[in-house]
Amino acid sequence: MDEITKKELEKIACKVRIGIIEGVHAAKSGHPGGSLSCAEILTYLYFKHMNINPKNPKDENRDRFVLSKGHAAPVLYSVLANRGYFDVSELESLRHIGAMLQGHPDMKGIPGVDMSTGSLGQGISAACGMALSAKHFGKNFNVYTVLGDGEIEEGQVWEAAMFAGNKGLSNLVAFVDFNNLQIDGTIDEVNSAKPIDKKFEAFNWNTVCIDGNDFEQIENALKEAENSDKPTAIIASTVKGKGVSYMENAVNWHGAAPNDELYEQAIKELKAQLETFN
Amino acid sequence: MSEVKNIATRVAYGETLVKLGEKRDDFLVLDADLAAATQTGMFKKAFPERFYDCGIAEQNMMGIAAGIASTGKKVFVSSFAMFASGRAYEQVRNSIGYPHLNVIIGATHAGISVGEDGATHQCCEDIALMRTIPEMTIINPADYVEAKKAVYAAFDIDGPVYMRFGRLAVPVIFDEDYKFEVGKGVKLRDGNDVTVIATGLMVNEALQAYDILKEQGINARIINMATIKPIDKDIILEAAKQTGAIVTAEEHSVIGGLGSAVSEVICENYPVPVVKLGVYDVFGHSGPAVKLLDEFGLRAVNIVEKAKQAIALKKQ
Repeated sequence: MDEITKKELEKIACKVRIGIIEGVHAAKSGHPGGSLSCAEILTYLYFKHMNINPKNPKDENRDRFVLSKGHAAPVLYSVLANRGYFDVSELESLRHIGAMLQGHPDMKGIPGVDMSTGSLGQGISAACGMALSAKHFGKNFNVYTVLGDGEIEEGQVWEAAMFAGNKGLSNLVAFVDFNNLQIDGTIDEVNSAKPIDKKFEAFNWNTVCIDGNDFEQIENALKEAENSDKPTAIIASTVKGKGVSYMENAVNWHGAAPNDELYEQAIKELKAQLETFN
Repeated sequence: MSEVKNIATRVAYGETLVKLGEKRDDFLVLDADLAAATQTGMFKKAFPERFYDCGIAEQNMMGIAAGIASTGKKVFVSSFAMFASGRAYEQVRNSIGYPHLNVIIGATHAGISVGEDGATHQCCEDIALMRTIPEMTIINPADYVEAKKAVYAAFDIDGPVYMRFGRLAVPVIFDEDYKFEVGKGVKLRDGNDVTVIATGLMVNEALQAYDILKEQGINARIINMATIKPIDKDIILEAAKQTGAIVTAEEHSVIGGLGSAVSEVICENYPVPVVKLGVYDVFGHSGPAVKLLDEFGLRAVNIVEKAKQAIALKKQ
């Protein structure tokens, strides 16, 4: 990846983070920590990698994206808005009565959302179904999904992993946003699914472990996925709350909105980061 | 009249999937390691490349179905009623119901008549569970003929459908020219003393109850209510107004099923006595299906008894 592309993507990710904070602050609730952690993954997919067209969000040949960790809706909404699926100002109405942007992704009402998610463990199954449909009906699209490292405690994730391995869904890529934290504490304190890569490997997946906040590593992992005849799991180590100093690696920012003062601080920090790209 | 044939509704399901598969190749069939029992095995044999076994993982199977449906392809997904509606309830609600996806759930082995497998497999709660999911269509065919027609009709429905089939071979009561329409009850016998609204295998029992009641001077109206959601309010209210008393009959819990659906319509619009016949909030147990139907009181004689109760309540 050349430096210009990398800088450009980092700048977009920064804008995406601003959108996350604005949305969660306006909603006075939501999940900033796990949204900020996977901003690079979604930014890379939507701005660099996937075959999509915001002007034609229902194109039957488009690549699909399923946010299996549906509570990270703010990052998906911010990426979709910044990519032109809808106006960025929509983010201010996140979670409000009558708003398009529901607390968790709603495929019926939001342009660009390919699957309704939020109940953990279910998105990856739907992603498998999409990948199977592509293979069966001779479509060339790929399917991408992002799971949480807490989410993979759900048994359904491993049912899906078994299915994808057994059916050879090589057009499926699952990222695990490995930020080490879930609501009740670290994943080790709660009920760790480690070693995560070995588990996917055992279900006949191709696995890659990367720094999930590094665009170059995301790109290389996706290249590796393209050349695999198996589904690929990308175990992406990330920093929960990335980009906002007081949220980084802090479990209490899993599902809480900043007050006005902390909101101002977060925006100030993110805008300062944005300045460095100019 | 020719001799009555007994065929399980699940057989109609399997056969109709094959017929549909002969006409079109734009849908898939999924099962969870029960293809021989649910009868999707017929489709698997005819079109092996269009059948996907998801293994013993019903929750994932519902998500697979949702994903396929999201790409614009219809999909039938099968397991026993217990696992399709119970184990995978939340997947059906959130991955299929909420996004309003075109998934047809073919749930077999519903009710007490599963027989020897006993309580863990005798699902008498599935209609109740599925009824609570917004926009879910629920169809519980009475016999082989209706089941075939219902599968074709379900294919054309926009949105999720739950179809309930039985394991037990039950009498074929309709001719091939019987007309099935989603959301419409069918008046099979007319009468003005009491109405019996039945669903599934209880429809045949209700027809027998009609004859017994007739001999005793009671003219019962018999309605087949195959579609439990959306329920046919018109035919229920017409029966309430014209007969003044209602009996519901179902091979399902009296909590949340047909009896509840009918009661809701009656209570809110035209209160008359409603007496519910069904499984009275108990688990089943092992035994031959026909003996269990006797034991659990799911027979014509039980309908007769309830009809008299309903008439007595009307006169109070």
